[in-house]
Amino acid sequence: MTVESTAARTPRRSAGSKAGTTGTKRTRTTAKKDAGTEPQLVQLLTPEGKRVKNAEYDKYVAGITPEELRGLYRDMVLTRRFDAEATSLQRQGELGLWASLLGQEAAQIGSGRATREDDYVFPTYREHGVAWCRGVDPANLLGMFRGVNNGGWDPNSNNFQLYTIVIGSQTLHATGYAMGVAKDGADSAVIAYFGDGASSQGDVAESFTFSAVYNAPVVFFCQNNQWAISEPTEKQSRVPIYQRAQGFGFPGVRVDGNDVLGVLAVTRWALERARGGEGPTLVEAFTYRMGAHTTSDDPTRYRGDEERQAWEAKDPILRLRRYLEASNHADEGFFQELEAESEALGKRVREAVRAMPDPDHFAIFENAYADGHTLVDEERAQFAAYQASFADEGGN
Amino acid sequence: MADKMALAKAINESLRRALESDPKVLIMGEDVGKLGGVFRVTDGLQKDFGESRVIDTPLAESGIVGTAIGLALRGYRPVVEIQFDGFVFPAYDQIVTQLAKMHARSLGKVKLPVVVRIPYGGGIGAVEHHSESPEALFAHVAGLKIVSPSNASDAYWMMQQAIQSDDPVIFFEPKRRYWDKGEVNAEAIPGPLHKAQVVREGTDLTLAAYGPMVKLCQEVADAAAEEGKNLEVLDLRSVSPLDFDSIQASVEKTRRLVVVHEAPVFFGSGAEIAARITERCFYHLEAPVLRVGGYHAPYPPARLEEEYLPNLDRVLDAVDRSLAY
Ligand SMILES: Cc1ncc(C[n+]2csc(CCOP(=O)(O)OP(=O)(O)O)c2C)c(N)n1
Repeated sequence: MTVESTAARTPRRSAGSKAGTTGTKRTRTTAKKDAGTEPQLVQLLTPEGKRVKNAEYDKYVAGITPEELRGLYRDMVLTRRFDAEATSLQRQGELGLWASLLGQEAAQIGSGRATREDDYVFPTYREHGVAWCRGVDPANLLGMFRGVNNGGWDPNSNNFQLYTIVIGSQTLHATGYAMGVAKDGADSAVIAYFGDGASSQGDVAESFTFSAVYNAPVVFFCQNNQWAISEPTEKQSRVPIYQRAQGFGFPGVRVDGNDVLGVLAVTRWALERARGGEGPTLVEAFTYRMGAHTTSDDPTRYRGDEERQAWEAKDPILRLRRYLEASNHADEGFFQELEAESEALGKRVREAVRAMPDPDHFAIFENAYADGHTLVDEERAQFAAYQASFADEGGN
Repeated sequence: MADKMALAKAINESLRRALESDPKVLIMGEDVGKLGGVFRVTDGLQKDFGESRVIDTPLAESGIVGTAIGLALRGYRPVVEIQFDGFVFPAYDQIVTQLAKMHARSLGKVKLPVVVRIPYGGGIGAVEHHSESPEALFAHVAGLKIVSPSNASDAYWMMQQAIQSDDPVIFFEPKRRYWDKGEVNAEAIPGPLHKAQVVREGTDLTLAAYGPMVKLCQEVADAAAEEGKNLEVLDLRSVSPLDFDSIQASVEKTRRLVVVHEAPVFFGSGAEIAARITERCFYHLEAPVLRVGGYHAPYPPARLEEEYLPNLDRVLDAVDRSLAY
C-alpha cells in the first residue's frame, strides 16, 4: 500500500517535454519504487546455496531425496543447454527467431516438476523448461521458430498446450479447462504461464475473475522476469504482481524465481489447493531474463549491464550446485556425466533441426477445417494447377 | 529539398513534425519510448518530446485504444502503435464498437482524431500473428478510414494527413517495405489522402494494389513490358474510402483489371473492387476483374509464405488470363 500512497503524494514534473504544454504537476509517468516496501520472497535456497527454513513451505519439499535434487539440477542444466543451442541455431540461420529462457530455469523446472501427469499446462512461448518437464521432445519446440509449422506437437499427448504468442490469451483457456476439470469432478489441476507484461492484458484480468467466481482449479504462474521487451514491470503495475490476486478474491504469493526448491514448494502448495477444491492461486516467480527478449531484440537500448550482473550472482543453476556440493549430494562424477549428457543433447537438437524438412507446399491448405470446406478444395486445386505449370516448363 | 530516406524513417520524421507542430499530438504504444518501437519507427521521439508526449503503455491493446479514445474526447490527437497486425484483435472491440461509431452516435458532436498504426503484411519470415493483412476486417466497418502507403513520400505525407483528419484512421504500414528508400519532399503540397495514384501509365491492363503489393506490381509491369505488354499500375493508397473514380478512369482506358493484395482473396478488398468496377464499367471490360491474394488458409509458417503470398509469377499468370479473354 505504501507504494501507492507515497507515490501519489510526490508528483514529479515529466522530463524533457519539448512542447511542454501537456506536462502538468499531475503528469507522473514513472512509478518510483520505495525502498523498504519490497515484499518478502519465499526462499528456501539462498543465492549462496544455503538451505533456509521456511515454516509454511518446507513441508512441501520435506521428503525430497538427494536423487531428486540432482534431478532438478540436471533438468536445469539440460534446459539451459538446449536453450543455448537454439540461440546459436538462430544465429546460424537455422531458426528464424528464438525466445531464450536463460535465467528462468528454476522458475520453469521448479513449477514444471510440481505438476502431476494428469495436470494440464498452458504455456506462453518461452516455457521450454516446462515443456522439458512434461516430456515434450525439445526438437518439437523448434518447428515454429524455424518456420516449418505454427505449433508442432499434440497438446494432449503430454497435457502441454501449444505455445501462445498472443499475450495473455492462454490464461482464459486454462481457466475454462479448469472449469471443465471441476465439472468432471476430477482432481487434476491446471497451470497457466504468463509474463509480468501479460498481467496488463484484459484477458488475464478476466481469467482472474472467472477462476475466482467458478472456483476453478487453476494456478496462475507469472514469471516476472522484470521486462516486457523494453518496458520494466513498473510500466505494467503499481503494486507487486502477486498482490493483484487479492482484489479478485484468491491468494497470491511471491517466490524467489531463481530458487528451484522454493518454486517447487510454492507451486506444489498452489496445485494442492487447486486439487483440494480451494480454487485459484497466483504465484509470482520473481526472476530475471538474462538475455534479450528474443533474438530480434536489442536490450542495450533500454537497460544497462549492471542489472544483469547483479542477477548473475543469483543464478539458479549455480545456487543449486553450491548446495549439492556443500551437502555432499553430488560428486564430481555426476557433474562430469551431466556435462557429457548436455553436449549430447546439444548435438541431438542441432541434428534434429537441420534434418527438419520444409513443409510440403500443400500444407498451406491443411487443417484449417476439421470437416473440410469447398472453397479450400477449389483453391487447393488452383494451386496444384499453378504448381504443375512449372513442372511442365521443367521447373520445380 | 527532397531527402532520400527509408519508409520507416519517413514515418518517424512525419511523427516528429506532428509532435512539433501540435502539442495535442501524442504517441502511445508498447515499447515506443526508449526502444523506439520494435521497428524503430518512433526512434528518438521520447528522448526529444518526453514521456508525457511519447508514452510507453502497459501491454494491453484494448487499453491502448480505449484510453486513446478518452484522450481524444479530451482534445488530444493520439497516434497509437499496435506492435504487429495479429495483436490488434484485443483492441478490435474498442475500434469497432467505440472508435468507429462515436461520431455518428453523438450526432456529429464528438470527433475522434485517433490514428491506429499497424505494421502489417508478410514476407519477413516471422512467426505466426506477425504477418497478417486484416484491412478488410476494418474496411467493413463504417466510421473508420483505412489507408496504406507504399513508399516513403506517401508514408510521410499520409501520416501528416491522417493525424490531421478528424476521423479515426487505421494506418496500415507495409512492414516489409520499411527499409525501402525513397525521396521525401517535406515542402511539397501533397495530394488528397484518399486519392489513388497512377504510378505507371499503361494501355493494356490495370494492376491495382496498395501498400506492400505496389512495388510487386511495378516489377510485374516491368516484366510484362519485356513481353511487349503495356500495363498501368495504380497505387490505391486508401482502402476506405476507395477511389473508384480513379480505378474506373484507368479501366475505361485499359479495359482490364487485376487487383493484387496480400490478404485472403475471399471477402477481401479485391472482391469489393471487382463488384463495383463491374457495375461501373460493365461495357468497357474485356475480361472479368481478376484477383490475386492470399488463400483461405491461416497465414502459413515462414517457410511456406513464399507460396502463399502473391509473387511475380502469380500476378503475371493473372495478367495472362485476363489478356486471354
Ligand atoms: C497481444 C500481444 N501484444 C503484443 C505482443 C508483442 N509482444 C510479444 S512478447 C511481448 C512482451 C511480453 O512480456 P511479458 O508478458 O513480460 O513476457 P516475457 O516475454 O518477458 O516472458 C510483447 C509486447 C504480443 N505477442 N501479443
